[in-house]
Amino acid sequence: MRYLPKSPADRKAMLQAIGARSIDDLFAPIPAEYRLGRDLKVPRQMAESEIVDWFRERARENGDSYATFLGAGAYYHYRPVIIDSLISRGEFLTAYTPYQAEISQGTLQSIFEFQTMICELTSMEVANASMYDGSTAAAEAVMMAVRLTGRRSVVIARSLHPEYREVLTTYAHHQNMPLSTCSFGDDARLNLKELEQSITSDTACVLIQSPNFLGTIEDTTAIAEIAHRKGAMLVVSIAEAVSLGIVEPPRKADVIAMEAQSFGVPLGFGGPYCGVIATRDQFVRQMPGRLVGQTTDRTGKRGFVLTLATREQHIRREKATSNICTNQALVALMVNIFMTIYGKVGLKELAKQNLAKTAYAAAQFSKHTKVLFAGASRFNEFVVQTSEDPYAINSRLLGHKIIGGLPLKKFYPELGNAALWCCTELTTRTAIDTAVGLVAESERSVKATKEEVDAQEVER
Amino acid sequence: MKHKTRKATRHVNQNEGLIFEKSSPGKAAWKLPPLDVPEVDASALLGSSERKDLGNLPEVSEIEIIRHFTRLSTWNYAIDLGMYPLGSCTMKYNPRVNELVVRLDGLANGHPYQPERISQGALRIIKTLSDCLLEITGMDAITLQPAAGAHGELTGLLLVRAYHQSKGAPRKKILIPDSAHGTNPATAAMVGYAVENLKSNAQGMVDVAALTAQMNDDVAALMLTNPNTLGVFEQEIHKIAEIMHAKGGLLYMDGANMNALVGKVRPGDFGVDVMHLNLHKTFSTPHGGGGPGSGPVAVKQILEPFLPTPVAVTRPDGTLAFDYDRPQSVGRVRAFYGNFGMFVRALAYILANGPDGLRQTTEDAVLNANYIRKGLEGAYDLPYSTPSMHEVVFSDKLQAKKGVKTMDIAKRLIDYGFHPYTTAFPLIVPGALMIEPTESESKEEMDLFVEAMRSIAEEVEEDPQTVLDAPHSTRVSRLDETAAARKPVLRWKPGN
Repeated sequence: MRYLPKSPADRKAMLQAIGARSIDDLFAPIPAEYRLGRDLKVPRQMAESEIVDWFRERARENGDSYATFLGAGAYYHYRPVIIDSLISRGEFLTAYTPYQAEISQGTLQSIFEFQTMICELTSMEVANASMYDGSTAAAEAVMMAVRLTGRRSVVIARSLHPEYREVLTTYAHHQNMPLSTCSFGDDARLNLKELEQSITSDTACVLIQSPNFLGTIEDTTAIAEIAHRKGAMLVVSIAEAVSLGIVEPPRKADVIAMEAQSFGVPLGFGGPYCGVIATRDQFVRQMPGRLVGQTTDRTGKRGFVLTLATREQHIRREKATSNICTNQALVALMVNIFMTIYGKVGLKELAKQNLAKTAYAAAQFSKHTKVLFAGASRFNEFVVQTSEDPYAINSRLLGHKIIGGLPLKKFYPELGNAALWCCTELTTRTAIDTAVGLVAESERSVKATKEEVDAQEVER
Repeated sequence: MKHKTRKATRHVNQNEGLIFEKSSPGKAAWKLPPLDVPEVDASALLGSSERKDLGNLPEVSEIEIIRHFTRLSTWNYAIDLGMYPLGSCTMKYNPRVNELVVRLDGLANGHPYQPERISQGALRIIKTLSDCLLEITGMDAITLQPAAGAHGELTGLLLVRAYHQSKGAPRKKILIPDSAHGTNPATAAMVGYAVENLKSNAQGMVDVAALTAQMNDDVAALMLTNPNTLGVFEQEIHKIAEIMHAKGGLLYMDGANMNALVGKVRPGDFGVDVMHLNLHKTFSTPHGGGGPGSGPVAVKQILEPFLPTPVAVTRPDGTLAFDYDRPQSVGRVRAFYGNFGMFVRALAYILANGPDGLRQTTEDAVLNANYIRKGLEGAYDLPYSTPSMHEVVFSDKLQAKKGVKTMDIAKRLIDYGFHPYTTAFPLIVPGALMIEPTESESKEEMDLFVEAMRSIAEEVEEDPQTVLDAPHSTRVSRLDETAAARKPVLRWKPGN
């Protein structure tokens, strides 16, 4: 086996040194009746070239080279080449969690820079080293608010990513955390009147997403004001990180739970991504996850260490803030490099291009069919309502190597034939025009069919 | 240095500030293509939601970024540089073909919501990996959704809870041996269970008499790591399983140490009901400085109805799909389907090994641990003489007499060109040195390691101060962790 650095002679010499007759001696502690006396039924050992071929075949079966209008928590942005050049360095790729600070300064300093940039972008004072993803970050942020307020119930916006809501439901289920949902209004923004009524003296926090799942930017200042007035915290989930280049961050939020996938992380069929929690200094001791802090060595030289570990499971065990151990470090490094590349000016320009493509696409669609929630600002997603079932339209789009917007029936049946469309800097005008053309055609044909039916009815 | 070092040790000592300290207005590492749609007025579109200022994000050029991160990388130790014997972490070689296949276009750019008919490749990977892992563990059903080991534990205990609930009551407690990883009790608390400690016996194994006494109708499950954190196989595992099952409890296995078992013995065959795997340990996906991981959970049939949604299934026409209609499911534990990129890597590893390679890998991992044990016996105290599987735990008892602790020895090991072993864990061994070489080490590398460890033991006798002041060869010396925690500086600020 080519990964194993031993010759048969080495193995023999080692067994001799140990004083074992054969390798079986070393497995003697396992009761004989449980030892597997056969080969595992897994595919036979493959050559490297065969492995590459096998996966190439799978890649071909997986929507290779389609243009996409899908967003909904996973965004297709350009990934600058040097991200992979740098994260492929073995010193980053094959290092463990930086517990031994003296030989982990590379990882530690990069996380410190990551924490800093996340703070700058979110307007928060402290950010952790990463969480699994946006959905679990939101759930952990809510649990943090429960610990901080001593209250137990949570009000969740219905416009929060439906799968994030599902994850929170799973997490809350056994922790005696009652959840209630607050609906959205005609502009898809949170229904503030309903919010007022939903918050009780037991509400630990309000959890919203902005831009929300339907693409609309929430008035986070107004929501924070309502929550705070009733002694509840505001937790804001941000699923599209690029929005932070041009959309005001929720400065009045108490905790921000982010998904940073948009910052240089491949779509990768849903993961690995990079969750992050950011908050105020005063709440840091209830924050889950790893934190890197600055300190000095014995000669006074600046250095970095994992810190405030008394929050964590390896010290506090069942009293820890979370059970999280392994996080998403290498993905956080991708995010870090992406933020460094685009920086203060580039991120804004990038976000502007997203805004422009989306504005163009929404305007084109609205010439032929309904674009919902036009009353509020949006970033790079919008909801298109068609006369025909969006699954049927999408099916025709696939013929043009285009993946259409996400049909919303499954999550929001009340919106009827609606789909969530997303444009990024990578969406071409040609793809937009083709998609709009097919939707227009669908509208015309539905209308024509309807007119025909009406005419027949008149004849009868 | 008094003792000769045969391994390359000197760190590149390049100075490198924070990226913010290199920033100046007008530098850029990005370039966008011209817009093919009309420009927009952001303030008209966004109104008061428009962001005007991005604060202190850096402005730097591409070469500066390359140098910055390359220099930082040289301050890290890594498997690629040498042995990384962290016990229970399984720091094995991370094959590079895994990195190539995960970046193939259709896989890297696959959107989680793209239609299933153009997701058959990803689904085939999920299905094939699932089948392989079920065969390796001897279990009946699996979810790949959990993002890491601790997330797998959470999922596993949610399944345990749902199972008991379906029988009438969720029960109250989880039994956890005193040798367990900290995530086990932390997870139990998250699922609303009380934790009850289970004492180990003189051999470092579960005390079967104590288990019998503590097991009752209130206990939902026993969370067992096997081999345990001492690297010892629980020889009475069949009795343990029987005791649990007789009182209606379940046996949970933390698969952190699965590298000792693959191809040799299957947890499903020795009575385990639910277990998690760590693809980033046993199945070679890179640790990446702390993640991402992946923590699939495999179960016996009785727990299958409760698996998180969705579950990958084969349709009658042979195509693959996700099944969301699972009324008894515990729900989702993560958005989408899990850390798919890790599935690709783990499957590439399994294909590169095949049944013979997987078995040889396990045998070599156990052989290596025992070789190191033999090499260090006498120089270091071995608190438990029970046979070792894939890792061995010594203590600093002999060195502590000279005031040298496990952490000091670990820091000195850095000067000899090795990453330290796991220190001060498991908790049942005071001053533990927990060593797991994995199969990836050659005899030569381990001979160097044994020599280095023996040399440090001699130094402790002759010149303990050298050990207490270690490391001497790194860019920074020991860092003040107390100060870091007392007045936390968790981000850079202008003027710092």
